[in-house]
Amino acid sequence: MTEHDSPTTIELLTFQLAGQEYSLDIMSVREIRSWTRATPLPHAPACMRGVINLRGTVLPVMDLGERLGLPPREQSDRAVIIVVTHGDSMTGLLVDAVSDIIALTRDDLQPPPDMANGAATGMVSALTLIDERMVRVLDLAATVSLQEGLAA
Amino acid sequence: MSTENDPMAEIRASFFVECEELLEALQDSLQIMDDGAEDSETINVVFRAVHSIKGGAGAFGLDALVRFAHRYETVMDEVRTGRMEADADALKVFFQCADHLSDLVRHSRDGGADPAEQSNTLLTRLNALMGEEGGPTESEPEPEIEFQPMGLALDLAPLNDGSLDDLLDLDALPPLGDLPDLPPLALNAPKTYTLHFAPEQELFETGNEPYLLLRALHELGTAQVTCDTSRLPPQQSLTPEQPYLSWTIELETEAEEAEILSVFEFVDGLCTLKLTSGDSDDMPSDLPQMLPADQTTPTSTPEPPTAIEPAPSPAPQPAAPAAPPKTQPPSAAAAVKSVVRVDLDRIERLVNLVGELVINQAMLSQSLEDANLPPHGDAISGLEEFQRLTRDIQDSVMMIRAQPVKSLFQRMSRIIREASAAVDKDVRLHTEGEATEVDKTVIERLADPLTHMIRNAVDHGLEKPADRIAAGKPPEGQVKLTAAHRSGRVIIEVSDDGAGINRPRVLQIAIDKGLIPADSQLSDSEIDNLLFLPGFSTASTVSDLSGRGVGMDVVRTAIQALGGRIAITSIPGEGTSFSISLPLTLAVLDGMVIDTAGETLVVPLNLVVETLTFAASEVSMIRPGQHVVRVRGAFVPVVDLGAELGYRAPLTDFEGAVALLIVHENGSRAALMIDNILDQRQVVIKGLDDGFFRAAGIAAATILGDGQIALILDPSDIITNAAQHPQEPLQAGVSA
Repeated sequence: MTEHDSPTTIELLTFQLAGQEYSLDIMSVREIRSWTRATPLPHAPACMRGVINLRGTVLPVMDLGERLGLPPREQSDRAVIIVVTHGDSMTGLLVDAVSDIIALTRDDLQPPPDMANGAATGMVSALTLIDERMVRVLDLAATVSLQEGLAA
Repeated sequence: MSTENDPMAEIRASFFVECEELLEALQDSLQIMDDGAEDSETINVVFRAVHSIKGGAGAFGLDALVRFAHRYETVMDEVRTGRMEADADALKVFFQCADHLSDLVRHSRDGGADPAEQSNTLLTRLNALMGEEGGPTESEPEPEIEFQPMGLALDLAPLNDGSLDDLLDLDALPPLGDLPDLPPLALNAPKTYTLHFAPEQELFETGNEPYLLLRALHELGTAQVTCDTSRLPPQQSLTPEQPYLSWTIELETEAEEAEILSVFEFVDGLCTLKLTSGDSDDMPSDLPQMLPADQTTPTSTPEPPTAIEPAPSPAPQPAAPAAPPKTQPPSAAAAVKSVVRVDLDRIERLVNLVGELVINQAMLSQSLEDANLPPHGDAISGLEEFQRLTRDIQDSVMMIRAQPVKSLFQRMSRIIREASAAVDKDVRLHTEGEATEVDKTVIERLADPLTHMIRNAVDHGLEKPADRIAAGKPPEGQVKLTAAHRSGRVIIEVSDDGAGINRPRVLQIAIDKGLIPADSQLSDSEIDNLLFLPGFSTASTVSDLSGRGVGMDVVRTAIQALGGRIAITSIPGEGTSFSISLPLTLAVLDGMVIDTAGETLVVPLNLVVETLTFAASEVSMIRPGQHVVRVRGAFVPVVDLGAELGYRAPLTDFEGAVALLIVHENGSRAALMIDNILDQRQVVIKGLDDGFFRAAGIAAATILGDGQIALILDPSDIITNAAQHPQEPLQAGVSA
């Protein structure tokens, strides 16, 4: 997760994937775009949906549900691309729907239980409760990095 | 002095830019001397380059640089005046010194490890050339003594440290007669001039110093200076800023009037100046009239670093009379052209805007097409004109970014010198096509891979001198570096006349390292290409030179990142040659827009030889999944693009299929089967994010008129991949 300097409060953008709630630090979110068809890249891993034209820039788009190993589902009408910046590069993350922006303190975040459970391990950096619903906070760097399992 | 928040930072930066140019001229001239083609002017260019660097360095207090340049210059002066001969050994040292000088310049600019040790080594060597014993330190305390003609520039460093006040003190003025005189130069007969110089108040207010001017006059010839103190008031009523003194100088010199007057260029209008020629008594000339005539010595034009400080301005002067402004042909041509230095960012911006213009134009033509306008109407013909203009603008903008590869080749000649010294081989570098222009970014990013290839050539390519003699070759190895434009691309070749690739050994190593199965049957060219596999390194002993854990695979990756390709050819006993083919620009290309399996793709037009339509009878299968097509009697392999990119299953029915005949760099051809040809147009290259995912066979992307992204293919890569399918182990290396 890209840390920003506010010591205690943190704002998260929450969104839905396969009926579950996930979130990202809003400081790394650049914009949210409606879904447009992506140009597929040959031989790309399944989670890579391809590239889209973001005002003259070629933006790679990743299917976040696929990346997290969630069950396949119909793409909803409300599906959007969250454009995130990490380091010097930008990536689009395809999610089912964007829900809300929530502010909470860092004390509200709990580390995820230490269980080796599949693809999402390492990508979820914290858990939190909002209105009795569990929200996963994603580690952006780990999510967009395709290093492992991709040694071509 | 720190570069941050420093008002001098800009001047300093321009000094370093200047240094780069001077160092280039220095290298050029040394090379000419090395080739034995020098004339008297060549050594002057060397001398002036070193001298100018020293002068500028002095102004910025770069002591280490000044110290080294000073010594270097002294030796070059010996050569210039014919007291010393520049033989092969001396030249070797001169080259090393030039390299070191550029190290010092870089160190002064960027910081980093202090190359002081190397300074001392080379200073000792320079001293040895001069026939002097002992280390550099002994001669350092009084460099001025051996350095009469140029003593001025070195003195300037302390002057800039604020000691001007001291100099204004009358008592502290050194006796002018003690100043060193120039050795007489036999250019033309000395003339006697009488110069009357009376400063006005503004001269002092603007920080000028008569002493420096008088001293500069001394550099021109023998001067007898008389100071007129008659206007000096009693001490209690003396105002320090007031000009009370005036001087009469009897100057015996070969210099022209204009040259003498140019000494006073910076005090133009701040003094009364009368110049009378001793030969023709009545020719008083005022400064303002004479100055426009000062066109004779371009080298005397003050350089940017010194121009700000009026005081050092005479510094470059002394070199001028000794050397008439006649430089080497290439640099002379460069000097005549008027050049503007532009911030690279501005050019980048322009390139981007032109890119947007091209996309915009594509969108416009698409919408005009959709509007179903009459084909010869005003709108359509206007659009054609617009397209032509866009292309012209684009070419012109690309020309701005283009640079000759010369600077790159010069760096390589240094690499050769260092590398050959490290492995104790005699190597001579031949370069060709230095004037070939390539995009600046390409040049910059080519430096590392090329360095590696040059080192490889010296270390692995060439044999040891003894082996060369045994093989009947001259002991001196040859490395050739050439650049040329060929069919819209730049071809850079690095070749050596060494032993060639030891194929049995390469094959054995690849098998030992598990890169290929032990029973592999590979052709010669396939074995050569094993060198590009990651994890392959032929050096049995890891030498300091090329065994740095970087293999040819890194070189290839770097070349591919530039949209280029690298090929290798080798003839046993005769040498190895690497050929790099690069696009001219990284910004636009002429492409053929095609459609395959519902995807729109772009094929670089320069690789398409012709388009074909198949008849089923022309296609025959060699083995499952591999087909050839007859094209005018020749069998050409068929590559099914849609299947190759994984968009659909391989076609089985070839009747009526459309294909592009693609020519590979190495001359081989293949038929790339597609569904449809849609268009032919210029596309703007948009890079795919490297760190994210690099798709095999895809060079880049572009944005089409409808705003959709289309991928730009790298057909050679696709064809190579397809050809190597049966050999699974190789494929891993190719698609990396």
